[in-house]
Amino acid sequence: MKSCFINGIGSVTIQDPSYDLYTSEAQDVSYVNYAQQPSYKELIAPGMSRRMAKGIKMSIYAANQAIQEAQISDLDAILVGTSMGCIEDSEKFLQSVIENDEEYLTPTAFIQSTHNTVAGQLALHWKSNAYNFTFVNGGSSFESALFDAMMQIRFHGAKKILLGGVDEIGSYTYSLFQKIHKVKNAEDLVDFFQPQSAGVPCGEGANFFVLSDDKSEKTYAEVKSVSFINKLYKPAHLWIEDFLVENNIACVDAVILGVNADVNQHAFYEECCNYFRHTPQLYYQHIAGSYDSVSAFGLKVAAEIIKKQQIPAQCMYNQVKANRLESVLLIHQSDLIDYSLTWVTSC
Amino acid sequence: MRTKVAITGIGIISSIGKTVEENFHALVSKKSGISRLENFYSKHVNDIKVGEIKHTNEELASLLHLPLEHSYSRTFLLGAYAAKQAVISAQISDINELRTGLISSTSVGGMDLTEKHYKSYDAHPEYLPYIKSHHAGDSTQKIADYIGLKGFATTLSTACSSAANAIMMGATMVENGLLDRVIVGGTDALSKFTINGFKTLMILSDTDNTPFDQNRKGLNLGEAAAYLVLESEYIAQASGKKILAYISGYGNANDAFHQTASSENGEGAYLSMKKAFEKAQIQPSEIDYINAHGTATPNNDLSEGRALLRIFSSVPAFSSTKSYTGHTLAAAAAIEAVYSVLSLQENCIFPTLNFQTPMEEFHLIPATEVYYTPIEHVLSNSFGFGGNCSTLIFSKDL
Repeated sequence: MKSCFINGIGSVTIQDPSYDLYTSEAQDVSYVNYAQQPSYKELIAPGMSRRMAKGIKMSIYAANQAIQEAQISDLDAILVGTSMGCIEDSEKFLQSVIENDEEYLTPTAFIQSTHNTVAGQLALHWKSNAYNFTFVNGGSSFESALFDAMMQIRFHGAKKILLGGVDEIGSYTYSLFQKIHKVKNAEDLVDFFQPQSAGVPCGEGANFFVLSDDKSEKTYAEVKSVSFINKLYKPAHLWIEDFLVENNIACVDAVILGVNADVNQHAFYEECCNYFRHTPQLYYQHIAGSYDSVSAFGLKVAAEIIKKQQIPAQCMYNQVKANRLESVLLIHQSDLIDYSLTWVTSC
Repeated sequence: MRTKVAITGIGIISSIGKTVEENFHALVSKKSGISRLENFYSKHVNDIKVGEIKHTNEELASLLHLPLEHSYSRTFLLGAYAAKQAVISAQISDINELRTGLISSTSVGGMDLTEKHYKSYDAHPEYLPYIKSHHAGDSTQKIADYIGLKGFATTLSTACSSAANAIMMGATMVENGLLDRVIVGGTDALSKFTINGFKTLMILSDTDNTPFDQNRKGLNLGEAAAYLVLESEYIAQASGKKILAYISGYGNANDAFHQTASSENGEGAYLSMKKAFEKAQIQPSEIDYINAHGTATPNNDLSEGRALLRIFSSVPAFSSTKSYTGHTLAAAAAIEAVYSVLSLQENCIFPTLNFQTPMEEFHLIPATEVYYTPIEHVLSNSFGFGGNCSTLIFSKDL
């Protein structure tokens, strides 16, 4: 079976565009965390940039970094996972439909509200006629895209794939999410170790990868397997054990957890921590904020620690030291649905 | 070792009927489902025509035996209704007995609820549960629950080609043994959001839509849901169940021309058809019927027609059933997959309604009458915003 290597990575996150996992100190996350926008002018004409949704711009920027790093020029597939797409434009259009009573509307926001706008714009930007899919399955949107990427490599002969996860904060949707405590309110403390309040510290961002069947000097790691389910029908440790057995995983050198500071979702991760109590544990949403496709940032962390063979101190969730980092397991869920396991190894 | 992908069940609800039989009957009786909007108010009600399903959400919930107090979007209600029919049609009694998945698709998700309650959550806390129903994955989650599925489930959204891509992904998983069977398709409800969106693009017709006609004025939006059950041929045969048709070819390509318009020469459409033929390993001349995308917008029909002329040395019988149903967006490729299966089963070509004047750019005349002729292979096209072009090929035997 063909392998699936990570050969390039790019990100736009809530941290400074120059942020580095090993050398930078992350700014603390707050109850809401907007992405720090890099300069787009080298990539996108200013006239276009003004009208372009934030999700598209972040994605073009992150995808460009990944493509540059992997040093590729053409693509066999573009795959995007996003829970809400360009939600700011959806809000803008809906708002004007309601406020203007269905009159005086312009198409830009409507067009950008379409979930596959980002993938379509990436195709336009790189003039790519390739296979182009967008997955919109809540907290496993990115894993769905990753799963399809692996199928395209294994079964359909794809050699170079652009894969990414992107989500935006839409201010009105965010305010609705506050009402139901899906996200944190201003007075809530953000504590990833002993959360006391419901809701996640909302974030946004774009994380892109070049996946290839070919190992190169740029290769970070190999994605071996990804599995996701909509609901957990058994205790977390049994679900994890099933995955380890199915994939013949004898040893996990580190686990990367999607802990998100929500008191209601914490018990699941505590169960995972207990199961892996002798294994180094990492977390990352205190750096990236929480959003449905943030697990793509988790994959970036996995790829970087495997390449560097070192865990950045700011990602350590427990005190267990790593002897080696050859086999890493990502555990993610969002709002107690859409559970996923992703296994990444050195190569 | 790859297995063949058999279709063993189909389910559908559209403006021309809430069962497979009703849809077939309407198609062969040339009975259109295009009407005026009734289920909700829009300022444009007199300027547009729609392919609306004349059942309220309450009626749909009652057909599904669901409580009236719920947080179900119309997208879910339509989807659950069609998915359940597909499961029954495939004679599945224990859905978790085999490795079964659900790959659904939608473009509007829970927008129908969001637009209704957007500003009223403070005054009506009882609407708060709807907030979590907005995102597209919610309908898939709830359809999985409704049919009792505990397995692989995901959601695609690539605008108007969404369901074709869900079918394609399901076929890849079954033929490579990742699942034993999978329920694939799409669902989309009419909403004020999409009506106004397409209105701003100025591609909505104020009359019944007229695909491939010189004087076509645009599309009619519709709503629908349809699902197919795909099974590994070995498993379908072992269970002794009737195989309705096979998925023999599929392809997706990007036009990479414009976010909403199709290229002059239909490059994306040409490439998706080309890929589908390579996969099916049949020649274009073997296609007996094309269920075209045929939205009746000036741009689509011209671009698609040119792509057809590029790939077929002689274009076979073709039609656009959107003249019956309207353009049902993410569900379109799923309902047209059901019609393609019906075409194979009944050896029948469905007409395009309302056609009068051939387009001046080329000589392509869609079928305008029902006719019965042996059908071995059907090709179905679906194209969406973002340059997304998809083609499926359905075959009687492999």
